[in-house]
Amino acid sequence: MISMACNIAGVPFKNPIIMASGTFGFGREYAEFYSPELLGGIVGKGLTLHPKAGNTGSRIHETASGMLNSVGLENPGVAAFLKDELDDMTHWNTAIIANVGGSNLEEYVQAVAMITENAQKRRTMNRRGVDMLELNISCPNVKQGGMQFGIQTEVAREVVRQVRNVTALPLVVKLSPNAENITQMAVMCEEEGADGVSLINTFSAMKIDIRRRRSVFANTYAGLSGPAIKPIALRMVHQVAQAVSIPVIGMGGISSVEDIIEFTMAGAAAIQVGTYNFVHLHAGAELVHGLEQWMQREKVQSLDEIRGIL
Amino acid sequence: MANVISNVALVPGIYVMKIEGKFKGNMGQFYMLRSGTGYPLLPRPISIYDIGEESISFLYRVVGEGTNLFSQLQPGQEIQLEGPFGNGFPQVEGSLALIGGGMGTAPLLLAAKYYPHAHVYLGFAQQAFGVEAFEAVAASVQVKVGGSIVEQVDPTLYANMFSCGPTPMLQALAMKTVDTSSRLYISTERHMACGIGACLGCTMRTRGGNRRVCKEGPVFPVEEVEFDDLHGV
Repeated sequence: MISMACNIAGVPFKNPIIMASGTFGFGREYAEFYSPELLGGIVGKGLTLHPKAGNTGSRIHETASGMLNSVGLENPGVAAFLKDELDDMTHWNTAIIANVGGSNLEEYVQAVAMITENAQKRRTMNRRGVDMLELNISCPNVKQGGMQFGIQTEVAREVVRQVRNVTALPLVVKLSPNAENITQMAVMCEEEGADGVSLINTFSAMKIDIRRRRSVFANTYAGLSGPAIKPIALRMVHQVAQAVSIPVIGMGGISSVEDIIEFTMAGAAAIQVGTYNFVHLHAGAELVHGLEQWMQREKVQSLDEIRGIL
Repeated sequence: MANVISNVALVPGIYVMKIEGKFKGNMGQFYMLRSGTGYPLLPRPISIYDIGEESISFLYRVVGEGTNLFSQLQPGQEIQLEGPFGNGFPQVEGSLALIGGGMGTAPLLLAAKYYPHAHVYLGFAQQAFGVEAFEAVAASVQVKVGGSIVEQVDPTLYANMFSCGPTPMLQALAMKTVDTSSRLYISTERHMACGIGACLGCTMRTRGGNRRVCKEGPVFPVEEVEFDDLHGV
């Protein structure tokens, strides 16, 4: 009997396929095309304590085998998320992960505290709340906060430590490939009590409009994602998985079942799908079915059989 | 996946592709089209040009690798398409003008078919295309090649106007409409990734706050549009 199920920090996932933050909204839009219940989990759009309008001007540019985005964390804020989105999300039988960003330390702590308090309150009413937190210290598209916390290990340490102090929810930290040393960063997260790490966020990158003689993006730089970054993401997941004992969630250009297997062999406990959602509207459903078929064909009963074999 | 029935150049670089199947869609809505399995990665949002009983058509200009691949498709070959997406032009009552510039004429043909009493104004920078399709269905068609078609439009004659085209053309039309009672709806354009409102890549700043061109748009009442934001893209 094949099982795709996995468990990360006590949270059960029916399969290892999770939709990455910023690529799946809060699930509602994709629910018109396939059931989110097919998925292992959904990471909601990146949240900040206060609503954020995001960046002006162009936000998307396609590159060779990838794309640049400069959305700038447009989101309704934590309070609106808890009030307007969470009920719909928790209605689906799939793990719900809240991705939280911030412009400064206090914002991170307050946002996480609000979500945690909400989860506790809902639990007392026998209602599901957020199952897990993903701390975003790696967004390259906001001028303040975001990636600046995710580059230097000792700066990031303070964020992870203070957030850990205010939440008992399972906590995964999303790491930046732009970090000075992503392995050290992951080790720090484990030392500070994170339950897992997810990697990688987008690479800080650029596109120049030579006719206008300026960057395509108002924020000058943007985040590169998609198949172009997959080999680098895979290497980083492999290195980090060997350095920590907490689960590693792998992501970066995953666009096929074979990519999922590669990340699993590199040590990923689960994976996230981002840009591929834009390539194929039914990407999540396609990958879940494809992974099951692959396991049947290859006579792999559980992904534990191949996890971290390299 | 669906089969291409025909893919014909109207003038160099501008094609009409007809695809087999039963498709839904209203005037001003769009589909996400993708050809091939590799580069380019993202589907392209293309507005619906025409819908028949057994087919859908798209008018497109070859501007990059995605549309270049489209132009190479032969009858019988497959293309991926998803849709219809977005909010198109509204249902209106009373007199109506359809004002299109260049490729902006594409989403207006369905409106011309839906409103046979509409007066159509088509402007082109260098070479007219697709005019016959409008002439076959519209009450009147005025065409201008070079210069501004907006000069020929008198907004006071129309209760409603639908427009799509280059931003300067849309802005000129908006200026001309300011002191009239004519209601102007314009179709906007932005780079898109998902096409369904999830990625926020096509968000546009409007007077009512951020709006997703793919979901709340691409058609907006002109009062909501911030032309500075459209120019900036």
